[in-house]
Amino acid sequence: MNANHSANALEIIHQQVMWNRLIAVVEEQAQTILRTAFGSVVREAGDLSAGIYDLEGRMIAQAVTGTPGHVNTMARAVDHFLARFPVAGMKRGDVYVTNDPWLGTGHLFDFVVVSPAFAGDEPVALFASTCHVIDVGGRGFTAEARSIYEEGIAIPHMKLRDRGQLNEDFFSILLANSRNPVEVKGDILSLVSCNDTGEARLRDMMAEFGLKSIAPLADFIIDNSRDAMINAIGAVPNGSYRTDMELDGYDEPVFIRAEMKVADEEIVIDYHGTSRASAYGINSPLCYTEAYTCFGLKCIIAPSVPNNHGSLSVFRAVAEEGSAVHPVHPSPVTARHVIGQMLPDIAFGCLSSALEGQIPAESAGSIWVLPFANAGSNSAGGAGANSSVFNVMNVGMGGVGARPGKDGLSVTAFPSGVGAIPVEVTETESPLVFWRKEFLPDSGGPGAFRGGLGQVIEVGNTEDHPFTVSAATFDRMRNPARGRDGGRPGITGAARLASGKEFTDKAVHTIPQGERFIVELPGGGGLGNPHDRQPARIQSDLEAGYITEDGAKKDYGFSG
Amino acid sequence: MTAPQANRLAADIGGTFTDIVLETGSFRHTTKVLTTPRAPEQGVMAGIGQVLDEADVAPGGIDVFVHGTTLATNALIERKGARTAFLTTEGFRDILEMGFEKRFEHYDIFMDKPDPLVPRPLRIPVRERVSGRGRILAPLDAEQVKKIAGDLKAAGIEAVAVGLMHSYAYPAHEQAIRDVLHEELPGVTVCLSSEVCPEIREYERFSTTCANAYVRPLMSGYLHRLQNMLDERGVNCPLYLMMSGGGLTTLDNAAKYPIRLVESGPAGGAMLAGHVARECGIDNALSFDMGGTTAKICLIEGGDPERSRSFEVARMYRDSKGSGLPVRIPVIEMVEIGAGGGSIAQVDDMGRINVGPSSAGSEPGPACYGLGGDNATVTDANLVLGKLDPDNFAGGKITLVPEKSNAVLTRDIGDKLGLEDFWPAVGITEMVEENMANAARVHAIERGKVIGRHTMVAFGGGAPLHAGRLAQKLGIGKVVIPKGAGVGSAIGFLLAPLSYEVVRSRAVNFSDFDAGSLNSMLDDMQEEALGVVREGAGARPLVTTRIVELRYVGQGHDLRIPLDDRPLVQADAATLKARFEDHYREIYGLTIDNLDIQSVSWSVTVATESDDPAQARNPAAIPMERLNGSRHIYDPGLAEMADYPVYWRFDLQPGAEITGPAVIAEDETSTIVPAQFTASINSFDYIVMENRGGGSA
Repeated sequence: MNANHSANALEIIHQQVMWNRLIAVVEEQAQTILRTAFGSVVREAGDLSAGIYDLEGRMIAQAVTGTPGHVNTMARAVDHFLARFPVAGMKRGDVYVTNDPWLGTGHLFDFVVVSPAFAGDEPVALFASTCHVIDVGGRGFTAEARSIYEEGIAIPHMKLRDRGQLNEDFFSILLANSRNPVEVKGDILSLVSCNDTGEARLRDMMAEFGLKSIAPLADFIIDNSRDAMINAIGAVPNGSYRTDMELDGYDEPVFIRAEMKVADEEIVIDYHGTSRASAYGINSPLCYTEAYTCFGLKCIIAPSVPNNHGSLSVFRAVAEEGSAVHPVHPSPVTARHVIGQMLPDIAFGCLSSALEGQIPAESAGSIWVLPFANAGSNSAGGAGANSSVFNVMNVGMGGVGARPGKDGLSVTAFPSGVGAIPVEVTETESPLVFWRKEFLPDSGGPGAFRGGLGQVIEVGNTEDHPFTVSAATFDRMRNPARGRDGGRPGITGAARLASGKEFTDKAVHTIPQGERFIVELPGGGGLGNPHDRQPARIQSDLEAGYITEDGAKKDYGFSG
Repeated sequence: MTAPQANRLAADIGGTFTDIVLETGSFRHTTKVLTTPRAPEQGVMAGIGQVLDEADVAPGGIDVFVHGTTLATNALIERKGARTAFLTTEGFRDILEMGFEKRFEHYDIFMDKPDPLVPRPLRIPVRERVSGRGRILAPLDAEQVKKIAGDLKAAGIEAVAVGLMHSYAYPAHEQAIRDVLHEELPGVTVCLSSEVCPEIREYERFSTTCANAYVRPLMSGYLHRLQNMLDERGVNCPLYLMMSGGGLTTLDNAAKYPIRLVESGPAGGAMLAGHVARECGIDNALSFDMGGTTAKICLIEGGDPERSRSFEVARMYRDSKGSGLPVRIPVIEMVEIGAGGGSIAQVDDMGRINVGPSSAGSEPGPACYGLGGDNATVTDANLVLGKLDPDNFAGGKITLVPEKSNAVLTRDIGDKLGLEDFWPAVGITEMVEENMANAARVHAIERGKVIGRHTMVAFGGGAPLHAGRLAQKLGIGKVVIPKGAGVGSAIGFLLAPLSYEVVRSRAVNFSDFDAGSLNSMLDDMQEEALGVVREGAGARPLVTTRIVELRYVGQGHDLRIPLDDRPLVQADAATLKARFEDHYREIYGLTIDNLDIQSVSWSVTVATESDDPAQARNPAAIPMERLNGSRHIYDPGLAEMADYPVYWRFDLQPGAEITGPAVIAEDETSTIVPAQFTASINSFDYIVMENRGGGSA
């Protein structure tokens, strides 16, 4: 036992303690945003993020609370800021902002706010945070826009605060362009203040451990995480693996093609051959493409390694400029999740030939946003006599793919972290009435392990007046979640009037007075041959009504 | 409760032990007996027998008995409740299983959502529909309900939960269903969501109602059996039950709403901490309760623990929000993390030491117990660092084996990280203390509090070992360690008021504030709460607390704002908004101009008034000589082992003053006094540790 070992041991222990501390600090930031944010997207979906970066722009820690779409996007966003505003020129009290989809996190709704943290007179780190604000003007949250110019106000990289002085010009321009200016300002100020809190907490930590710089700590975290990832990649055989997928797209199908190249220390997914960008706002900017691709890889390969520069450095996504997974300015991108959230299934598809038997089947994927409005309420002139003006959003989740050894989760968002919006809340905010929100029997893909069930939702109006719903985000109406290893696909989604008329395109549909609107959300894919499903499982599915007797016969050849 | 000179009995049934406390005047008798899960009343009665004998008190001499139990929680965790059916609006039978429709572990593709308490075949759709504005869109068909009742009878159903859409505001259909079921199914438990949890948001309301129905036959049976045994034994005093919100209720009410009892143990602990805070004149206290598997942290202002109404029972992944069943009941707001004496330490893929949430429990327990435990735990680390006396653990009942601790610490931690000697143990304690500090910091920030301005009240077997160091990490300058740390929850039961909270959802945009209609709702609620409390309270004075939960229109999180003790007037729209904005600014540092605020829920609590406790004094200091030798203990300031003098707690008289570093040992635990602290004994024999350099804030 010598003094040298003691000093060493103490350093090892302190580095670990500080790593945990940084994760707690950014988590604290994220929780604050979650509580103060306006708009259900942040509240129910956790559509936000917070992280700390070293002076080279390398992400050291990111809050666990948040959605996968912000993981890589945030990691890259800070690099872009530093290219425009080098650290050397930053002053204490400065704050920077953008909502540029290509420099930020993929659409105009997300504002990214970056603040340098100072200890004494020296910058020591950067804090960044983001959340989805409620409105940025333009056409609102739809895929209808034909270019970024129609999607709302764009804020290029700029200073939001200069040595403690807020940039009021920025706010007046922004607020003049939003339908909910008060809430948008509230959201952005909350990002600013949570970064300030992060800075204060970092300073406390540096004082407690007598640090002048966090560079050695950053190296420790990044190196350890990277090593853990490289170690985990070792379980995936080197080689090249391909997959593809067809999506409904907006006005025409989107083909996603991918090749995964696995090397000792890196996995790259190359989207070469994917369809060109859509004319509508379902395109996924490369940063967002990369986020969901890497998310899929990480779920399988190293689910427990924290997100930071080191762990993210081993996965990459590349794509051709101008494709649907790498659209360039001025392609519209508002509903980027329609394509982006299908990409974990692409990663799974690639991995399924490398890690046979370990990969789930495909899922319903991107959630269906159900934006309901009183017919006429979005145009000047109003809604008509004796009817309420309303504009409410609900969401529909489908089924998750079956997993090795387990059935898929029914009516659950994957990969998104979005949660349900209670029917009672929607009904109190509008005259709508939901007549049904139930599992859809036989919707899960048959397999030795069954895909998760989709659901059926039926909505009417208690007032004698038509209402509208935008079908912009309804995918998998023609292309189901596919099964794997002999498992069969889940059912495709559908939208129609109760009286029978099918809605097959993504337009804004009008539900006539007295009519009801029905959506059926897609089911998850099955895994393994349905004939290998244990009879006891089929029996209990029958008893619960997850499958019908016809379904049992047709899908499983089971007659009790 | 009753006058302090009375004989007051408390029993806390935990997972492993049942704690019994009998206070006779100023003397306290305590015992721990093993919990008897199949018939918990037997353990309780055995324990009561022991303390009565010890105190030489006759059963008829007990003036009041307060009881808390984890029985309902265990039934939910083990899914051993009643065979329950759920009647709900047609079209919504799957709400209970869909849950929040999201994944609580983003990256774990194998995660499962909690199984609903009522499986799908027993979730029965009923034709009826009321709109969000109270219009009957489809009438209830009593004949259909009758037919369903027949089916339920045939299926051998023991309990029925009823949850219809919008019943929180329009309960008529639920009530009509109850009437039919009572008629058709005599003896079967029926719980209405409009009574158990009249709040908007169907999933949480349905979940709470089903959980209540699921545990009600069991709890009601248990409580009445206990009552009978007490009667037979000659214990004929009033019996009260501890609820998770920190108040007591009568047996009848507890048997009706047993879901409100789930967190009674931790609530008892928080009540103890609140009482200690009042005795010691502490305005802002941080309650720190550390036991064998978890640590609980709670903020206490003016002696009153913070409260909330959202809770999750039976989490499948400990520490994972969303992995349990949501219940909306009054609870003490606290964070609970998997950090206790039995928490297991491991090194993960990144070479990090992780502590908890898995725990070695009490059997086999930490490696040092020598009962076959083969994991490195926090207790093993404390032993190696000299904080525990191997020959005097648990009052000498267990002899600890440091060699076993050293072996597992070296194997599981040291070898993997290149740490020798006692350093693996330092790694574990530093990490567990850091985790607790982080949890406390985040909790305080969420409540808009500066943690360094608090005084810590530490209890539970593990807390005195870690309290000093935790206080240092948090910049807290003062720590109070009351007596009887090991049975803190049961002691807390005796300090709780008789109380009942009634909550209703009513969304009001404050631009449309109407004092008149709100007053009539609040009056109704007060009557309901009074109805529950009046019987038990007798002549004792009652206090009413009324709270509204407010938010900015469009925000998801609300703040609890107190109402004045008088009917609302129109001007309160402005008064309450100002109060909300002050509180909002305090927490988030800003307010949103020109934005309307909205109420979510209104709450009325009626409670017996708590007596002002006698105030603790700090007698003139008597410097202490070293009494019980010394122990070799790790000192974090020096980063090496150092000699700490050891004192025996029960030798210390009020006024005793000890300059740290030191150890104050007692049967159940040891208090570590860090080098920077001075410990003194106050007039109640509490240990009060103060940092000679003050706190950080």
